[in-house]
Amino acid sequence: MGVVLGTFSVHTKQVDYRRRDKIDDELEMTMVCHRPEGLEQLEAQTNFTKRELQILYRGFKNECPSGVVNEETFKHIYAQFFPHGDASTYAHYLFNAFDTTSNGSIKFEEFVMGLSTLLRGTLRDKLEWTFHLYDINNDGYINREEMTEIVRAIYDMMGKYTYPALKGDVPKQHVDAFFQKMDKNKNGVVTLEEFIVACQEDEMMMRSMQLFENVM
Amino acid sequence: MAAGVATWMPFARAAAVGWLPLAQQTMPKPPVDKTSRSDEILFVNVSGLRFQTWKNTLDRYPDTLLGSSEKEFFYNEETQEYFFDRDPEMFRHILNFFRTGKLHYPRHECIQAFEEELAFYGIIPEIIGDCCMEEYRDRKKENQERLAEDTEAENAGDAPLPPDATLRDKLWRAFENPHTSTMALVFYYVTGFFIAVSVIANVVETVPCRPLKGSIKDLPCGEKFSVAFSCLDTACVLIFSCEYLMRLYAAPSRCDFARSVMSVIDVVAILPFYIGLIMPENEEVSGAFVTLRVFRVFRIFKFSRHSQGLRILGCTLQACASELGFLLFSLTMAVIIFATVMFYAEKGTKGTTFSSIPASFWYTIVTMTTLGYGDMVPDSIAGKIFGSICSLSGVLVIALPVPVIVSNFARIYHQNQRADKMRAQQKVRQARIRMAKKGATNAFLQHKEDGGLQGGDSDSTAFCVKNRSAFEHQHHHLLQCLEKTTNHEFTDEVTYSEVCMMDSMGFRTSRSTSLSSQQGSTTTCCSRRAKRRAIRLANSTVSVSRGSVQELDTLHVTKTPVGTQYPQSRSSLNARTGDLKLNCTDYTAAIISIPTPPANSPDESLPNSPAIPGILRNSRSSIYNTQETVKISSL
Repeated sequence: MGVVLGTFSVHTKQVDYRRRDKIDDELEMTMVCHRPEGLEQLEAQTNFTKRELQILYRGFKNECPSGVVNEETFKHIYAQFFPHGDASTYAHYLFNAFDTTSNGSIKFEEFVMGLSTLLRGTLRDKLEWTFHLYDINNDGYINREEMTEIVRAIYDMMGKYTYPALKGDVPKQHVDAFFQKMDKNKNGVVTLEEFIVACQEDEMMMRSMQLFENVM
Repeated sequence: MAAGVATWMPFARAAAVGWLPLAQQTMPKPPVDKTSRSDEILFVNVSGLRFQTWKNTLDRYPDTLLGSSEKEFFYNEETQEYFFDRDPEMFRHILNFFRTGKLHYPRHECIQAFEEELAFYGIIPEIIGDCCMEEYRDRKKENQERLAEDTEAENAGDAPLPPDATLRDKLWRAFENPHTSTMALVFYYVTGFFIAVSVIANVVETVPCRPLKGSIKDLPCGEKFSVAFSCLDTACVLIFSCEYLMRLYAAPSRCDFARSVMSVIDVVAILPFYIGLIMPENEEVSGAFVTLRVFRVFRIFKFSRHSQGLRILGCTLQACASELGFLLFSLTMAVIIFATVMFYAEKGTKGTTFSSIPASFWYTIVTMTTLGYGDMVPDSIAGKIFGSICSLSGVLVIALPVPVIVSNFARIYHQNQRADKMRAQQKVRQARIRMAKKGATNAFLQHKEDGGLQGGDSDSTAFCVKNRSAFEHQHHHLLQCLEKTTNHEFTDEVTYSEVCMMDSMGFRTSRSTSLSSQQGSTTTCCSRRAKRRAIRLANSTVSVSRGSVQELDTLHVTKTPVGTQYPQSRSSLNARTGDLKLNCTDYTAAIISIPTPPANSPDESLPNSPAIPGILRNSRSSIYNTQETVKISSL
């Protein structure tokens, strides 16, 4: 996927009315108007049909008329789905996972590429995407701290009022269970290959993966 | 669920893939999306004006008329469009709300018509964007006040009394609305006349009349014609007392009446006379007695019952008390400063009138208000210098700002009122929006209780589950996935605090935990399609039956696809799927070793006595016509 991203070039039309100042950053965000490349190109690069891309874009453009989503908006949107708890940490990691160019904003292409991987991609693609989500610092390994962060973020989304009540260090137990399953050579980190192999052995997960096929 | 987040639903669901490696249970099946995914253009005909929009646009707000299936009621088969017999001009704004997510209030429209349209389309007015909110609020307030005035005027006096009105009611009405009957009018004018007579008598009795024969000194009329005046005074007081007593008798709420301003004025007006009667005639107290006579002047305030203008003035003064207070305070500051300065400046002068600082207050005030009586004049040079500074600053401090204050006063007064209004309404507004949001939060919990957890059994699903939009289905599925990932469930605050309390009381909840976590497979995954009731077990029966209530296992209400299995074992309670109404008797039969029929009150929470042998989940929701479930944990 990295190759795919690397090969396509984005035609952006940036309207710069102000100089790039820290203070004006926010203003700039509203001034910048990003137009995605053509429909045909996107259709070729993703696994969506034209119609689906149209629907996706119309929704995207309506919510973000400037053509990009910044992290605040992203967090706000994601938080609407999880009103019980605090979704901001997880949304942050999710944002980073979608923002493949790491420039602090998600353009429509990145958005659609991410969705395409998650919904229409091969199993290996999905697992790779998930691995990159967990690998916060992008060093190719998932260590305990990263995993704990992710798990804590997920538990934060549950909020305070759960049944049974969250007692003790539940995230830590969860992380331990995860590492037990994934870390084959017990070296404290999980590499991509270990991850993929371990996931493919997990039947329950494979079944669950199939459930998200027809989301669009 | 608010706003255009419906657009982002596919994204949120896709992102749920990230939870899968962590999940320790299988994910629930996603809801089947029966509608075709492709977007289509809908035609909406509002009184002849045809609008077209994407279906997705309308689906953004599933809790409105246009976003839900309610619009199907307006679908016209022949013309293949949705027809609404409403105002097409207003509909433009409604549709813009769907398009942009912001509701604007058109300034040229009548506020009531607008609200009616909003109510019809199922949109709460609190959603109005900030740009138009203030205008909307002002117009609404205006409108309400006008309506209130109208209704008040209607109700106020002209409506005839109900035929069974008592004498009290009639009397009270006569007092409050003199123009309703002739008698009342007569009474009104008579009292007014006597108030005037009394005030004039008070004034005249101090005027010097020609002296009596044989004496040179002028006498005040009061002493010359003392008998006449005292008769007059007595008559007036008698009339006022009668009036007050009658009002007191007629008042619907005597305490409130006694506390009201007008009654206080009445009392103060007649009290001096009675005190004078009681007090003995001796020299020492006659001074005090004379002082009391001053209070007779308060009778003039009784005119405020007769004059609307006075009442308004009183209200205005009351309302701008803070501004006046500030003016007074700043004046006092200036007075104290200058008085002190003048006193010390004039201290050296012989025979000076500035004997003390309080004595200098008089000089400062007279000078600052540019009155300049001249009874106190500084002699020393320093005193004259400071005196001139004082008078100059007086001009500035008082004369100049007074018009500014007066005009500012009007502005600040209105502004403050508006700011307070806005603040108060902002809170209310936010509270309402929060409540609507909380509705969404609770919707998931309610959905669980309704038994949305079962798999795709379409018969029973169609039967019991409320009609939910596709969006809600997806959202609930998403939340279920999160629950499965973390092995914990969402609950509400009440249940959570109860569980905490029970834990602290040492009940074993581990069993229930383990049982509830065994919801892996979808069949036993309990179809909690029922409202959970709090079952209150009477303490007495509990203590009696304690021996028999040894072990209550967790009772699950699970769904059976076919047939009716009556409870055979303690550990599982199977209920009929087709049974919508559960009567108590079923339950008593089912729940073994609870001798008493459960006392049901869905809203009562569990009494916190340790004698209760089980934890029961409270239900929060409103009345559903669904089955009941009991989840009792073991001791």
